[in-house]
Amino acid sequence: METVKLTIDNKQVEVPKGTTIYKAARKLGIDIPVLCYMELHDLGVENKPAGCRICVVEVEGRRNLAPSCATECAEGMVVKTHTTRVINARRTVMELILSDHPKDCLTCPKSGRCDLQDMAVKLGIREIPGQEYAEMSTYKKDFSPSIIRDVDKCIMCRRCETMCNEVQTVGALSAVNRGFMAVVAPAFEQDLEKSPCTYCGQCVAVCPTGALTEVDHTTKAIRAIADPTKTVLVQTAPAVRAALGEEFGMKPGTLVTGKMVAALRQIGFDYVFDTDFAADLTIMEEGTELLDRLTRFLSGDKNVKLPILTSCCPGWVNFFEHNFTDMLEVPSSAKSPQQMFGAIAKSYFAEKLGKKREDLVVVSVMPCLAKKYECQRDEFKVDGNPDVDFSISTRELAHLIKEFNINFEELPDEDFDRPLGESTGAAVIFGATGGVIEAAVRTAYEVYTGKPLPKIDFTELRGMEGIRSATIDFNGLPMNIGIAHGLGNARKLLEDVRSGKANYHAIEVMACPGGCIGGGGQPLHHGNSAIIKARMEAIYREDAGKPIRKSHENPYIVKLYEEFLGKPMSEKAHHLLHTHYFSKKKDIYIK
Amino acid sequence: MHLLICGGTGCKASSSDAIAEKLKLELAANTLQDEVQVILTGCFGFCEKGPIVKVLPDNTFYIQVTPEDAAEIVKEHVVKGRKVERLLYVDPTKKTTIEDSKHMGFYRKQMRIALRNCGFINPENIDEYIAREGYQALGKVLTEYNPQQTIDIIKKSGLRGRGGGGFPTGLKWEIASKNPADQKYVVCNADEGDPGAFMDRSILEGDPHSVLEAMAICGYCIGASKGLIYIRAEYPLAIKRLKVAIDQAREYGLLGNNIFGTEFSFDIELRYGAGAFVCGEETALIHSMEGLRGESSNKPPYPAQSGYLGKPTNVNNVETFANVPPIILKGADWYFSIGTEKSKGTKVFALAGKINNVGLIEVPMGITLREVIFEIGGGIKNGKRFKAVQTGGPSGGCLTEKHLDTPIDFDNLVAAGSMMGSGGMIVMDEDDCMVSVAKFYLDFTVEESCGKCSPCRIGNKRLYELLDRITKGEGTMEDLERLRNLSQVIKDTSLCGLGQTSPNPVLSTLDNFYDEYVAHVVDKKCPSGQCKSLMKYIIDPEACVGCTACARNCPVNAISGERKKPHEINQSICIKCGACMDKCKFDAISIK
Amino acid sequence: MSHIKLELKPEQVAKIKEICKSFNNDPGELINVLHKTQETFGYLPAEVQEVVAVELNISVAKVYGVVTFYSFFTMIPKGKHPISICTGTACYVRGAEKVLDEFKRILNVKVGETTPDGKFSLNCLRCVGACGLAPVVLIGEKVYGRVSPDGVKNIIKEYEE
Repeated sequence: METVKLTIDNKQVEVPKGTTIYKAARKLGIDIPVLCYMELHDLGVENKPAGCRICVVEVEGRRNLAPSCATECAEGMVVKTHTTRVINARRTVMELILSDHPKDCLTCPKSGRCDLQDMAVKLGIREIPGQEYAEMSTYKKDFSPSIIRDVDKCIMCRRCETMCNEVQTVGALSAVNRGFMAVVAPAFEQDLEKSPCTYCGQCVAVCPTGALTEVDHTTKAIRAIADPTKTVLVQTAPAVRAALGEEFGMKPGTLVTGKMVAALRQIGFDYVFDTDFAADLTIMEEGTELLDRLTRFLSGDKNVKLPILTSCCPGWVNFFEHNFTDMLEVPSSAKSPQQMFGAIAKSYFAEKLGKKREDLVVVSVMPCLAKKYECQRDEFKVDGNPDVDFSISTRELAHLIKEFNINFEELPDEDFDRPLGESTGAAVIFGATGGVIEAAVRTAYEVYTGKPLPKIDFTELRGMEGIRSATIDFNGLPMNIGIAHGLGNARKLLEDVRSGKANYHAIEVMACPGGCIGGGGQPLHHGNSAIIKARMEAIYREDAGKPIRKSHENPYIVKLYEEFLGKPMSEKAHHLLHTHYFSKKKDIYIK
Repeated sequence: MHLLICGGTGCKASSSDAIAEKLKLELAANTLQDEVQVILTGCFGFCEKGPIVKVLPDNTFYIQVTPEDAAEIVKEHVVKGRKVERLLYVDPTKKTTIEDSKHMGFYRKQMRIALRNCGFINPENIDEYIAREGYQALGKVLTEYNPQQTIDIIKKSGLRGRGGGGFPTGLKWEIASKNPADQKYVVCNADEGDPGAFMDRSILEGDPHSVLEAMAICGYCIGASKGLIYIRAEYPLAIKRLKVAIDQAREYGLLGNNIFGTEFSFDIELRYGAGAFVCGEETALIHSMEGLRGESSNKPPYPAQSGYLGKPTNVNNVETFANVPPIILKGADWYFSIGTEKSKGTKVFALAGKINNVGLIEVPMGITLREVIFEIGGGIKNGKRFKAVQTGGPSGGCLTEKHLDTPIDFDNLVAAGSMMGSGGMIVMDEDDCMVSVAKFYLDFTVEESCGKCSPCRIGNKRLYELLDRITKGEGTMEDLERLRNLSQVIKDTSLCGLGQTSPNPVLSTLDNFYDEYVAHVVDKKCPSGQCKSLMKYIIDPEACVGCTACARNCPVNAISGERKKPHEINQSICIKCGACMDKCKFDAISIK
Repeated sequence: MSHIKLELKPEQVAKIKEICKSFNNDPGELINVLHKTQETFGYLPAEVQEVVAVELNISVAKVYGVVTFYSFFTMIPKGKHPISICTGTACYVRGAEKVLDEFKRILNVKVGETTPDGKFSLNCLRCVGACGLAPVVLIGEKVYGRVSPDGVKNIIKEYEE
């Protein structure tokens, strides 16, 4: 590898050719502040518009200051990162950015974890000269079911634009206008609801300010708990337990399942259940559907379409409803675990309690913002009453725990309530890319072959690569499996399927890079992909430690079918646990 | 005999087409249509006195011609050989008529290389270009030199980019030539956006083939078979003439496959700008050609490494290209001998503002501002006093009296706090307020900033606001400090050339006209009487006879007073429109 | 949900498709496509941008991002007689601002607006390169040179039938 030697702050360093000054400095332990720059190495994401100009440094022989995030090291370069000239420039630029930024930090949802706020502290900004007569760029506020855009707070870092277009290929956002009024927005500066937004929340996850935040469901959840006429159930998604601890200063990858359950009880939920239970149920329904389609396909039924696509990710569902409207019958009709849970809770469990569904309130804790939208979809309501009433994100839960003054670290481990709190290892891995399909394979293999699995861990299905494929031997039948995470990868895979280039029996798609562990509702990773990897390891650790690791062996699932549903894909199961999809394509061609 | 009529945009706007038609009719009426040719050419440069008709071979130069003059020109000059005295140029100082262009102050000190054919040939006829050594340079290069030898000639000539930065052209070509790629591109930057500069347009309108020829030479040097001209959509005439020229060149085999029977193939396409000044910056221009927002991006990578569609791309502006064929034909030494130590050749300037001879001029590098303004430009209009000259458009600065004898070249202008830019030269007189001028330029930059980087997006807005406060009398001395610091940081931290130079108008006026800023801030006065908020219309009670004319004409009823008694202006209502002063027959109203 | 019916006539859609096709539906030709489309429709309403986006296979947000970047593109229909005042430096120092003010006053519109009767729209542009004639006003394609505030009334009169 070709290398270059340079001097940064009087220290010599040798780096591979093409390394930026910022990275070379980091290697020396020199901390150059960056704002717009973001790199998620393991996900192949890099955002370096060199736009904010906070990371500028002095390079000997250069007329002006150089943005360290985007300037490559050259042989013999002499760099100074913290001279008076640099500090003055950084402060002045920061003052400029703040002069066009609202000062409502007190009520801003990002307050306390805002990169811009942190930077203002770091650079010692105490006043903004001339603020009284400085015009600010203002825009219409946008409330969608999942995401709030308050782009008065946009600093044009372009991170959201990169996520929305390059990573997710959703194309809901673009830089619009020019100069002082330039901002990132949907087409015609309309609301996200009128755009192809999938509510995956990746824009929110990377936004350094309060410009993009989630819709708050905690207020409504608390009011429900406070209402004595309501029985409030909570369900927690698999990925939440692997990340929640980060909000309390714990190391990424710390599993906090027991503390989380204890905290939810303290908050006052009547029943603390697990979405994992519904994940096991999903495997029963989706796995059966897969085998049903597969056997019919193998017997030559021309009406059957393969591959089957997973449908537990609401961002992904929104994506294909916008972009693959010709393939709406390809995804599994199984509802997502969140919605299966809601449907069972407000029927089976309500019956058990002897209560009406209207008296039950189901709250979900999700690593996801699209879930907020999903639970409001009309198909998931009975006479206007939603199966899942509110969906709060991991971040919102952490906030609630703090607000309730719960000393999270000191909490004892507690267990979920029964019956809807029992789950298997197969369910917990739903939180990582490849997990759903691995869980499905564990069950489908045994049902299809009638034999026990020789090994439970399908490591060939795991990993961080954007598109993966593997062939699993189903007793002589080679099952071709495809996996994509990140909607950009999903698009590529689906286009190959559509054109006949790819030949799969089953495909798992997760909208967010890394799967739900990297979801838009998770603690902010601030551009550090090591955090996402640590969460993934935690998920597989939880699986490995579970006594039962196959969904069909969950005793409460078995009981549910015996007592209530009959068998997978029965009429009742169909009614409660399956759905259908709609085209969201705009009809621009008048007939 | 030839009758040349300027067909540039300015003269066309003053019905030069009709003049040509009329001349043809008159010639036909005298059955002279076969002996005398009427040719609509490119710009003569002397826009102030357009439309212009020039008679060859005697170089008679008729100014401000109207279609009604056609008959007389034909009857007198063509038929009888007598010059039409009343249409000749009168020297403003000596008050004598000058018959031919060679003796006019406007042309005497000029040296035309880039503009060599403008005003001499019909730009829509390739044969006329060829008759003036056109495409000989391309032929010579293709048959006598290899690419590196050609690059060496350009390097040796000392030619530097005319678009603003002044980067050595030969070196730029060499870098692009050394980056291997399956496809490379030659791009001509014709997105002339400096308000007040129109040399590129004049070259494209008057001599489009010179650009096409040079682009082909560049393509040969760097190994590109494709050329693209990025041209402003606001230049319909230039676009039309380029299209005609490209078609003709293709027809003659001077563009296309196997040019001059060699292995070399080259073709050119047009791309249109859509109104964004920042697209003059090469990375922004390339993004725009790719169908994207014209935002600039960090360099390196330079276009020579990764440009249009990620391929090595060489971008030069129109004027740079127009210099190339003469350099090839006359040799590097000839070009090197013109100009100053580090700036070779000539430069085209668009002379405008408060000057007698507005127009387009080409002068050797090293000429002084004094020569340009007072000899070529004919001095300041209406006998006013020279105050400043703004060079380099929104990226440049305002130079003053003390810079008048500085030889003009790239480095001297930068040292003086301005820059060459694309060659706009706006002359200002004693009536111009320098704070307002700085504000005018910042208004432009604020509107044209792409918005990608924070110092340019927000910083220029703040500069504008500060200047606006000062012109309204709300500024403080602290604001002047802020102006300076902000300007320096914006220069130091902006992403591209736009932001890196946008504070120049502020810094140069702060340096050269600090007193004027202080007058606005401390005395709350605008010395030039331009800043409305700082002026007051006052009625002199001694002179006022109480005729009521002012009160009757005031649109906001700010003037009161009894008939035949002195009137008074209520300053809190007055909008400073000046209607009262215009109507006062007794000179009783003045501005304070 | 977000089913938006847009009111474009089939022949208009066909025209946009034809324009896109003439540029090989190449997203790199977006700006040329928009030029041609604006030439055809006079402006670029949202509906038109939606069709262009579909035809070039890019997001409509990107198309809008480009439309709003370049001052040549407009989403507001221009008046029958579009008036453009040159506010380039040469015209500025020769009094373009006062000329502009007079147009604003007489037509009672701001820059970028169109009169309610659709007859005139008022815009500024930067240098048409006729600095010798400064200050310059364009109405449609016609160039008016050395315009003074007093002359504005007469210029407008030429277009009032």
